[in-house]
Amino acid sequence: MWNHGTLERNSIALIVCILLTVSVGGLIEIAPLFYLENTIEKVKGMRPYSPLELAGRNIYIREGCYNCHSQQVRPLRDEVERYGHYSLAAESMYDHPFQWGSKRSGPDLARVGGKYSDEWQRNHLIDPRSVVPESIMPPYANLARNELHVPDIKALLEANAMVGVPYTDEMIANAAADLMAQADENSDGAADVAARYPKAQVRDFDGDPKRVTEMDALVAYLQMLGTLVDFSTYEPNSKDNIR
Amino acid sequence: MPPGVIATMVALLGAAIITILGARFAVDGDFAAHMWIFTAGFVAGIVWLMRRYASGAPADDRETYANDVVRAGVIASMFWGLAGFLVGVVIALQLAFPDLLYFPDLPFTNFGRLRPLHTSAVIFAFGGNVLIATSFYVVQRTSKARLFGGLLPWFVFWGYQLFIVVAATGYLMGVTQGREYAEPEWYADLWLTIVWVCYLLVFVGTLWKRKEPHIYVANWFYLAFIVTIALLHIVNNMAVPVSFLGVKSVSAFSGVQDALTQWWYGHNAVGFFLTAGFLAIMYYFVPKRAERPVYSYRLSIVHFWSLIFIYIWAGPHHLHYTALPEWAQTLGMTFSIMLWMPSWGGMINGLMTLSGAWDKLRTDPVLRMLVVSVAFYGMSTFEGPVMSVKAVNALSHYTDWTIGHVHSGALGWVGYVSFGAIYCLVPWLWKRERLYSLKLVEWHFWISTIGILFYITSMWISGIMQGLMWRAYNEFGFLSYSFVETVEAMHPYYIIRALGGALFLIGALIMVYNLWRTARGDLRAEAGNTPLVPAAAE
Repeated sequence: MWNHGTLERNSIALIVCILLTVSVGGLIEIAPLFYLENTIEKVKGMRPYSPLELAGRNIYIREGCYNCHSQQVRPLRDEVERYGHYSLAAESMYDHPFQWGSKRSGPDLARVGGKYSDEWQRNHLIDPRSVVPESIMPPYANLARNELHVPDIKALLEANAMVGVPYTDEMIANAAADLMAQADENSDGAADVAARYPKAQVRDFDGDPKRVTEMDALVAYLQMLGTLVDFSTYEPNSKDNIR
Repeated sequence: MPPGVIATMVALLGAAIITILGARFAVDGDFAAHMWIFTAGFVAGIVWLMRRYASGAPADDRETYANDVVRAGVIASMFWGLAGFLVGVVIALQLAFPDLLYFPDLPFTNFGRLRPLHTSAVIFAFGGNVLIATSFYVVQRTSKARLFGGLLPWFVFWGYQLFIVVAATGYLMGVTQGREYAEPEWYADLWLTIVWVCYLLVFVGTLWKRKEPHIYVANWFYLAFIVTIALLHIVNNMAVPVSFLGVKSVSAFSGVQDALTQWWYGHNAVGFFLTAGFLAIMYYFVPKRAERPVYSYRLSIVHFWSLIFIYIWAGPHHLHYTALPEWAQTLGMTFSIMLWMPSWGGMINGLMTLSGAWDKLRTDPVLRMLVVSVAFYGMSTFEGPVMSVKAVNALSHYTDWTIGHVHSGALGWVGYVSFGAIYCLVPWLWKRERLYSLKLVEWHFWISTIGILFYITSMWISGIMQGLMWRAYNEFGFLSYSFVETVEAMHPYYIIRALGGALFLIGALIMVYNLWRTARGDLRAEAGNTPLVPAAAE
C-alpha cells in the first residue's frame, strides 16, 4: 500500500512529484496558445514598429508607464465608448514584451494614437497639470531635453527579428537612417520610412526640428498606438476570429 | 585559512575581472554602472571573507547549526522591509499629492520607476530574505543537521543581496524589462538563477544530511517554493539580449502568449513566493509558539498537494476580457474558485493548531500576530476567488480594489507572519531569555493593524467607486464621467491609504527598536512577563 510517508522520506521523489504537479496547469493553459491558429485574429494593417516608434516604446517601458496605463480595451460597453474598438490579440503580436498593463491610475492608451495633437502630448508630458489640472501624472520634462540615443538600433531590430517580428533585411539595413528620418518630414529618407512602414507618421513630433529627442520618439509611439488595424475590413463574427 | 575559503576568494576575483571587462566594453552607461556594482560586490565578498577568516575559522563554523547566516538574514529582512515600506509610503503620497514629491528633472523620482522599487523591495528583498533566513533556520532544526555546503549558504545570502542592489539601482536608472514583478534585465536574471540553484542545493543538501527519517511539512512547502520559483523565473524571463554588453533585451514571447506567460509567473509569484513559502513559516512557527502540534497531518497533505496543483492554473484571471482566448480565461476563473478550498484548508490547519492554547492570544502578542496573519490569509484568499469571477472582475480590474486585495495579503498575511517569525527568531538566535518588550509588540500590533484597515478599506471604496464611475451612464445614454473626474474622486482615499501605509511603517520601526534592544541583551521590566500560574485547586 502506497502512502505519503514514502515521499516524506525521499527528497528527490518529493521534488519530482512537485515538479510534475506544478507543470500540468502551465502546459495545458499556455502551450496551446503557441500552436492553436485561432489564438490571433486575421487582420489587415499590422506591421512591425518603425525604428522611431520602437525607440519610443522603449522609453515608455523605461519610464514604467505600464504601471499606471493599460493598453487593452475590454469588450465592455463603457470601455468601447470611452476608448474605441476592443483590443485584438493581433494588435500586440509584435510586442516584445506585451504592455497590456494591469492598473488604470491613468486612462487606457491602446487607442490613444491620433486622439490628441502632438503639441498637446508634448505639453502634457512636460507638465501634465498644465493641460489637465486634476491629473496626478508625473512630469517628464527631461524627455524634451534629452537627445534620442539608441545604442544600436540595428541590433535592436535584429533581436526583435530573432524572436519572430517580420523585419526585412531592408528594414534592418536602413534602421539607423529611418530612426532619424521619421522625425523630420523634410528629410531625404522621409518617403522611404513611409514606404517601408505603411501608415507611419513622419513629422517633427517634439516641435524642435533641429534635434531628434526622446520626446520625438515617445510621441511618435503614442500617436501610432491603435491606429494600424483596418477595422473596416475586420469581421468579428467570422469563424477565424471567434475565440 | 581553509582551502575552501581561498578557492572562493579566487573565484570572486575571477568574477570581478570579468565584470571589470564588462564595464570597460559596455555599449551603454547603465550596463557599465551595473558591471561596476557587480565588481564592488565581488570585491566586498573578498574583503568580508578575509576579515571573517583572518584569525582562523569563526566559532559559528564549528557549531551544530549555522546561525550567523540566519542572523544576517534577519537583519537584512528588517533593513529591506523598512526600505520597501518607506518607498511604499512615498509613492502613496505621490498619488495623493502629485506636486509634493515630483521633480521634473529627476526622472528616478517618478512613480513609474519607484513603484517597481517598492514592489520588488517588499516582495523579493523583504519577503525573500525572510524566506531564506527562516528556511535556513527551519531546515536545520527539523532535519537535525547543519546547513549543507560550507560557504554556500553565505554565497546564497550575499548573492541575493547583490541581486537586490542591482535590481533596485536598475529601476532607478530606468533599466527594466517592463514585466510586472519580473523587471530586472537579463544579466540580473542570470545572476539570480545562479544564486537560486545554490539555494536549492543548500536546502536539498541539508535534507540529505537529515537525521530525522521524515521531511517535516514546513520543508515540503519550502521545497515547492524554491523549485517552482526557479521554473517560473527561468521561463518568464526568456529573452534575447540586444547586446551581451548592454542592458536591453527583447522578450522571447509576444502579445497574448507573453501576457499569459507573464501572469502565469505573476500569479504564481503570489502562489509560491508569497503563499507556499510563508505557509512553511506558518507550519513551523505557529506550532512552535503555541506549543501545540499541527492540527491535522492529513489536512497538511491534502492542503499541500491541492494548493500547488491548483495555484498554477489561476494566472489567466489577471487577463479577463482581454484578447486572451475565452477558454483560457474560463479555465483560470474555474481554478481560481477551486483554489479557495486548499487555501482555507491551510488556514484551518493553522488556526486549529491553537486548539487548547487559545488563551495565549491574550498574553502573547507575538502569537496573536501569527494568528491574525492566518486570519488575513483566509480573508484575502476568499476575496481573491471572488475577484476572479468574470462578472466581478469586469468591475474590479484596473482599479484600486486589486491594490487593496494585494495589500490585505501582503501586509496582513505576509507581513504579520514574517514579523511573528522574526519576533520568535531574534531571542532564539541571539540567545536571549525573551524579547526586550512585549508591550512594544502590542503597540506594533495595534498601530499596524489600524494601518492595514485604513489601507484596505480605503482601497475597497476607491476601487469600487472608480469601477462604478467608469461604467456610469446619464439619462441621455452618455458616459457620466470623464476619466479625470474619476481620478479626482480618488483623492481623499489616497490620503487615507498613505496614512495607513505610514502607520504600518511606524509599527515596523517600533519592531526594529525592540529587536535591536533584544539583540543587545536588554530586558524591559514589564508586568505580566512572568506567566500567570493557575491557582491550585482547593
